[in-house]
Amino acid sequence: MIGLTHYLTLAAIIFTIGVFGIFLNRKNVIIILMSIELMLLAVNINLVAFSAYLGDLVGQVFALLVLTVAAGEAAIGLAILVVYFRNRGGIAVEDVSQMKG
Amino acid sequence: MTLTSLAFYLFATVAVASSFMVISSRNPVYSVLFLILTFFNSAGLFVLLGAEFLALILVVVYVGAVAVLFLFVVMMLDIDFAELSEGFLQYMPIGATVGLILLLELLLVFGASSTLVDAGPLPRATPEGMTNAEALGRVLYTDYIYYFQAAGAILLVAMIGAIVLTLVPSTNPKKQNIAQQTARTRDEAVESVNIDPGQGL
Repeated sequence: MIGLTHYLTLAAIIFTIGVFGIFLNRKNVIIILMSIELMLLAVNINLVAFSAYLGDLVGQVFALLVLTVAAGEAAIGLAILVVYFRNRGGIAVEDVSQMKG
Repeated sequence: MTLTSLAFYLFATVAVASSFMVISSRNPVYSVLFLILTFFNSAGLFVLLGAEFLALILVVVYVGAVAVLFLFVVMMLDIDFAELSEGFLQYMPIGATVGLILLLELLLVFGASSTLVDAGPLPRATPEGMTNAEALGRVLYTDYIYYFQAAGAILLVAMIGAIVLTLVPSTNPKKQNIAQQTARTRDEAVESVNIDPGQGL
């Protein structure tokens, strides 16, 4: 029988993999952005699982909003990445601090 | 083991395995493809939870838009990924430590919490005799209309921001100068030339 804790455990594992991915690929911004997407996905699984557990649709509404923010974040992040690549000819994360004004 | 739990374990296993491949694969193109696989399996889990609309939105938005955007950027930028994956093993111990501690803490919270007792299979959030999309729309367009509008505003800002960031202004734009057009007179526009026969211009 699949209950709430199964979904919460799965979401925790996926969230941890996302955190682990940020540590593992510290030089590759693209993988870091994908790890952030994974973490947001884990949050969405939690929201939908609690929505089913409590019999309340509001959790799904908030999952929808998280999805919107994740899409916007990916678009802006990749746009910044493309501009940064155009200016620098690479995407090394260590040099990003020189973007400061 | 019922079909539901079989489906859950299938989707969960593939989702965890493919999300691990996202962060550990050497080629970012493979990472994007595994990300798509993770999203598909999460969509399957959402269907199991009775959130059919969100499942389809996940496939449309993430697989159709976000993952393809990632794929475009990975293929468009000429990046030496072998150089970027240096230090992979160097960061492994600290990352594994932090990740393991985080996972243990999260699981301990679920284990210790008395309110999260599994009381039978999960009920459906959708009311009887109504589709999930209809029920979600009734909540989203009434009680949560401001949040919905805010989400639209966020998407608009993201769209304009992405365009402004990546737009390369043309060096020689062909723009209409209306003042110059209306200030033009016949004298400076037309010239009468007398040409002798057989001479040419």
